Amino acid sequence: MALEALPARSLRASRPRYGERAIAAGLLACALVSVATTVAIVVALLAPAIDFFRQVSPWRFLTGTTWAPLFEPASFGVLPLLVGTLSVTFWACLIALPLGLGVAVFLSEYAGERMRRALKPALEILAGIPTVVYGYFALTFVTPFLRDLGLGVEVFNTLSAGLVMGVMLIPTVASLSEDAMFAVPRELRDGGYALGATRRQVATRIVVPAAASGIVASFVLAISRAVGETMIVLIAAGQMARITFDPRQSIETLTAFIGATAQGDVPTGSTAYKTIFAVGLTLFAITLAMNLVAIRLVRRFREVYE
Amino acid sequence: MRGLGDTRSRRGSELAFAALLLSSLAVGMAALVALLADVIHDGAGWVTWRLLTQAPSADPAVAGARPAILATIYLGLLLLAMVVPVGVASAVYLEEYARKERWYNRLLEIAIQNLAGVPSIVYGILGLAFIVRGAGLGRVLLAGAIILALLTLPTVIIASREAIRAVSDSIRQGAYALGATRWQVVSRQVLPAALPGIATGTILALSRGLGETAPLLMIGALTFIAFDPTLLGPFTALPVQIYNWIRQPQAEFRRLAAAAILLLLALVLSLNAAAIWIRDRAQRRW
Repeated sequence: MALEALPARSLRASRPRYGERAIAAGLLACALVSVATTVAIVVALLAPAIDFFRQVSPWRFLTGTTWAPLFEPASFGVLPLLVGTLSVTFWACLIALPLGLGVAVFLSEYAGERMRRALKPALEILAGIPTVVYGYFALTFVTPFLRDLGLGVEVFNTLSAGLVMGVMLIPTVASLSEDAMFAVPRELRDGGYALGATRRQVATRIVVPAAASGIVASFVLAISRAVGETMIVLIAAGQMARITFDPRQSIETLTAFIGATAQGDVPTGSTAYKTIFAVGLTLFAITLAMNLVAIRLVRRFREVYE
Repeated sequence: MRGLGDTRSRRGSELAFAALLLSSLAVGMAALVALLADVIHDGAGWVTWRLLTQAPSADPAVAGARPAILATIYLGLLLLAMVVPVGVASAVYLEEYARKERWYNRLLEIAIQNLAGVPSIVYGILGLAFIVRGAGLGRVLLAGAIILALLTLPTVIIASREAIRAVSDSIRQGAYALGATRWQVVSRQVLPAALPGIATGTILALSRGLGETAPLLMIGALTFIAFDPTLLGPFTALPVQIYNWIRQPQAEFRRLAAAAILLLLALVLSLNAAAIWIRDRAQRRW
């Protein structure tokens, strides 16, 4: 009733709150650490890599078939490292993609609440094991096991590293795929059941296609992690840069080269030292491209269902 | 007319599919069991008091991992001291302060998402170029801690953002209605409510950081250290010590590596268990 009688007062603060502004600025400064790190990574890789490419033409780097940066005469063809990386990644994906997807479908469509509660921590254990431990497992258990099977693998070989890396990546694929399946609306499933579909048909023809972008994102992310994984390949796949797709042989990956070379006494500023950065840049470019694809795919399924 | 009941072949293929899914789970679990059995078989007999208290040695019979264990503890404490304030502040900024449509905030989002996918060894290259040589810090423990903090920062930010986002808006509105400033809302309402989620994410990040080997290799942590580490001295961490022992030709060093792996697994997995426990206890529905 007496509302009009109140004096018209602005709701704005009567004086600026400098403390609040300082806090906001401080928070922004902390957030900028991430941007600074990104920039620093790019600079750290680019500056020495550009130096390197002044001495070695990028064309020879990308198409050369011999990798011998520490020998005389040195040769800087990165193809053997790329092939090694590709080969290990292939075997890792052969394990991680189907098994991870299988686990995701099981958790999302088959397992009851109690079973999920028991299984998810087990998957988290698998995801939490340090990579150096997986490397030990590959070298001291899987490789001898493959030998017992009569596969004739070398002491260091692609297959053992790839398979173990695949096991390591199962939780990566499973948890992101399951998130995507969880986001699929219940009505779609109920619609399928109403038409007489079985559980398997609902899972494979409704849920998996509806969650496809998230599942593909999990695959891309797993591939990216396989490409960037260092310790397993360093320990179990060896340091033999050569172009071979024979999984029984020893190879060298991009990451293993970086890891092995940086431990040694490579003189700072030498061309061999700069190869660390050129190879690092190659690795970063590959994983960056895949991460951007994965981020985009995840955003798509979020937009559709959430 | 056909009945709606399962025909026999249909039931068979349903069962086969379920079995297939279960077997994919079984493969993962079997690998986990094999891994643990392998490490326990190799290393259990070598987990001794000596391993905890002695420095490494060329003689496996007297070698221990004391400097590496201490360094890993220091790294963990330093990592937390750096990553928690910066990570939580970043998350608060992005969730409570940032206007999403601004270009620089979008840039921030992309930077964080991308950093989460950068291979850990690339962080090692960053450390080698900027922290060890650029800043002239050298191959010291503090440099290792900074690298691990940067490496785990995206994990902490992402987990903290999720925890902050899960706090009901009605809490914020209620506080604003009582005249609270934005920072009062954040510090007295949102952060306390988001604390369990933040703690879970932070512990998982810590566990991941302490298990990292490759970035530390890059900055020269693979050295022979016979004395207790200091903040600005050379160091080796437990995973790096393990790698060092794995590389040795003698079988005894493999055993030592397995024993050190048991220590590392005990540390990392108990951190994970603590994180899961906090998460399960604190699940609050608004």
